[in-house]
Amino acid sequence: MNALRSTVKELLGSGAIDVFVGYEKGTRLPRPLLAASADEADKLIFDETCTGNLAVYLTRKDLVGGKKAGVAASWYAMRSICRLLDENQLQEGAVKVFGLTPEGDLKPFDTLADLKQHVQETPPPPKPVEDEWVREIDAMPAAERWKFWTGELSKCFKCYACRAACPMCYCTKCIVEVNRPQWLQPWAATMSNVEWQLNRVMHMAGRCADCGACGAACPLGLPVHIIAHKMAKLVAQSFGEPTDKGSVLSTFNPNDEENFIL
Amino acid sequence: MSAEFEPKILAFVCNWCTYAGADLTGTSRIKYASNVKIIRFPCTGRIDFMLLLKAFAGGSDGVIVSGCHPNDCHYTSGNFHARRRWMLFRGLLDFLGIDVRRIRFSWVSAAEGAKWAEVVNQTVADVRALGPYSEYQKAAEFVAGNEDVLLKEQEVAQ
Amino acid sequence: MEQKYIPKSSLKAWLAKVKDGGKQIYAPVTEGGKTSFRRVKSVDDISMEHVQTAQSAKGVAFPRTEKLFSYAMQPGGVALQDYDSANIPHTVVFGLHPCDAAAFKPLSGIFGWDTGDKPFGERMQRVTLVSLSCSKCDELCFCTSVDGSPGSAVGSDILLTAVGSEGYLVEIVTDRGRALTEPHAALFEAAPDVNKEELLAHVPVRFSVGAVERSLAGAFESDVWKQQSARCLGCGACAFVCPACACFDIQENPKGSASGDRIRCWDSCGFSLFTLHTSGHNPRSVQSQRWRQRLLHKFSYMPRRLSVRGCTGCGRCSRACPVDMNLWEHLSELENLKN
Repeated sequence: MNALRSTVKELLGSGAIDVFVGYEKGTRLPRPLLAASADEADKLIFDETCTGNLAVYLTRKDLVGGKKAGVAASWYAMRSICRLLDENQLQEGAVKVFGLTPEGDLKPFDTLADLKQHVQETPPPPKPVEDEWVREIDAMPAAERWKFWTGELSKCFKCYACRAACPMCYCTKCIVEVNRPQWLQPWAATMSNVEWQLNRVMHMAGRCADCGACGAACPLGLPVHIIAHKMAKLVAQSFGEPTDKGSVLSTFNPNDEENFIL
Repeated sequence: MSAEFEPKILAFVCNWCTYAGADLTGTSRIKYASNVKIIRFPCTGRIDFMLLLKAFAGGSDGVIVSGCHPNDCHYTSGNFHARRRWMLFRGLLDFLGIDVRRIRFSWVSAAEGAKWAEVVNQTVADVRALGPYSEYQKAAEFVAGNEDVLLKEQEVAQ
Repeated sequence: MEQKYIPKSSLKAWLAKVKDGGKQIYAPVTEGGKTSFRRVKSVDDISMEHVQTAQSAKGVAFPRTEKLFSYAMQPGGVALQDYDSANIPHTVVFGLHPCDAAAFKPLSGIFGWDTGDKPFGERMQRVTLVSLSCSKCDELCFCTSVDGSPGSAVGSDILLTAVGSEGYLVEIVTDRGRALTEPHAALFEAAPDVNKEELLAHVPVRFSVGAVERSLAGAFESDVWKQQSARCLGCGACAFVCPACACFDIQENPKGSASGDRIRCWDSCGFSLFTLHTSGHNPRSVQSQRWRQRLLHKFSYMPRRLSVRGCTGCGRCSRACPVDMNLWEHLSELENLKN
């Protein structure tokens, strides 16, 4: 904790960064803190309970636009940051990433190449709960899956917390806000809620870091992150793990194999 | 047989291969099911996945998506991109319990008039056996403010 | 105020009779660890144990999506079918907490201001609120800081307060409440001699709302909004779970080109599109301005224009927020604001 605070103060003091996106103590769980002064840096914490994906703030122009930012990152946030870099949403030199070692010590990444290498070499933290959800839902007959998902998603009231919490949802104008053509009905109703989630997850295909921030953000506790988790599995099964050579849906391989096209 | 269910099928096809193929079916005087309405696109790469959902919401019982065989795309790679998209989209729809048996994907070239007739006939027969896609239409028809539906939705699932 | 007592065993009989009398019961139900207001088929499903439901009960009068009218093009004009209030059911909202009951006041203030809102008004006329005092609270509750209390009867037609585990003190507040109890008088007993205060949860006073409101008067240009809203993600969760938030959007549901419905659905001042003009100009272009609007609307504009505050201290926004925008914490910060 102290190592983080003193490092951040040093970086802020020397002008190496203008703001540090980290965590502070929250009401129930740690919450995000954008620290720009030594006083604020003194509130920073960073341990294994800090799981929210802070990469979401790095594309917020009103907060970090034109600034150099430091960020405390979980493994999944690191993967998000790598993908944002691949999509030219972040600039090398404008972001300094800090992770935690398995022992809980601060682990700075000097270059983004180091970060990428780390993400590639470290296996993702396991997701046993999410895996179990997918297994259970896959095992249902199709009619039951339909009942399950329309039942859950009919409750959605379209607050778009899932979108707001997602680091990869950085569009300034989302598909739900486009009305020529109006792909999605903007009000909350079962089918338009299902369509919204289908769109969200399709747009994230191969880009999603599978961090689960969408599900964690849902105020109604709907398991929307499970759809994203399933998509991550589909991508890996169909095309292998995503690489930095373009996202899966903007690239192709003539030898892609499917079994359903006549 | 007037009581038999006649499925409504919407076909999204590319201009260069399948549309021309369907044309050939006609000029070859091959008879095929009249349940299908064809919508022509420049390329399978242009067929947004939302169009399929809109088709179901609008009352289609089945959908055909068809274009040039791999390596034959007029724009070189539109169908390769489309193929990737359908691979993921189909898996995703299946995970949500949307009936993927109602979506037929095919490659039909400009020379395959007979194949087009076969694809359509097969799809119509399959969807006829499945019956109307009323689950989807019912969910899509929901316009809250319709008191009954609103209340049902609020009701405790038993 | 008339007081009575109802044993737990009779409570269900009473609700069942009310239901059989043609009223639907809208009450908290716990499913899969989550408690929400639902239309209940059986009174056995009702949860009495939760601290707070994820959503408020406002949907009973202000549904998240509602058809306002339909139109159809006809030769020589357009045929309109106006809002149809005939099918609105008579509803008893049961088991809502005093903070939720109190919130129907600010809602009525907004929807009743100037030209009354027909759908809201028609629905409210058919609603009876049977509230339940809180015997539990959590660290995000702050009703006592905004002139409420876990046992306040303000806004309720009937208020129940648990007396031990065997029954409830029944306070009949309005005529509408009396209409619900009188036909079933045999189920009720004489009120016991209890000190109601002792039966309630203890919700600490977190800030002085008077001081906050005085402080807000000069705070429009303050830096505090930027600082507080830095972590806000700009979703609509707080507004949608809020029992007093009334912002809505009007949308069109065309059926072909010749007919369609006009729809009203929930909206939130926290969304970036909320104030976006057709010209492209957005008077609230950044999140700090939207956060400021949210608080000023509730604690400054509404008290001034409608003589009612837009917050009842239920704490739902803080529970729903993905990044822990703890409302009472932010308000206490404003209390001590040096302008």
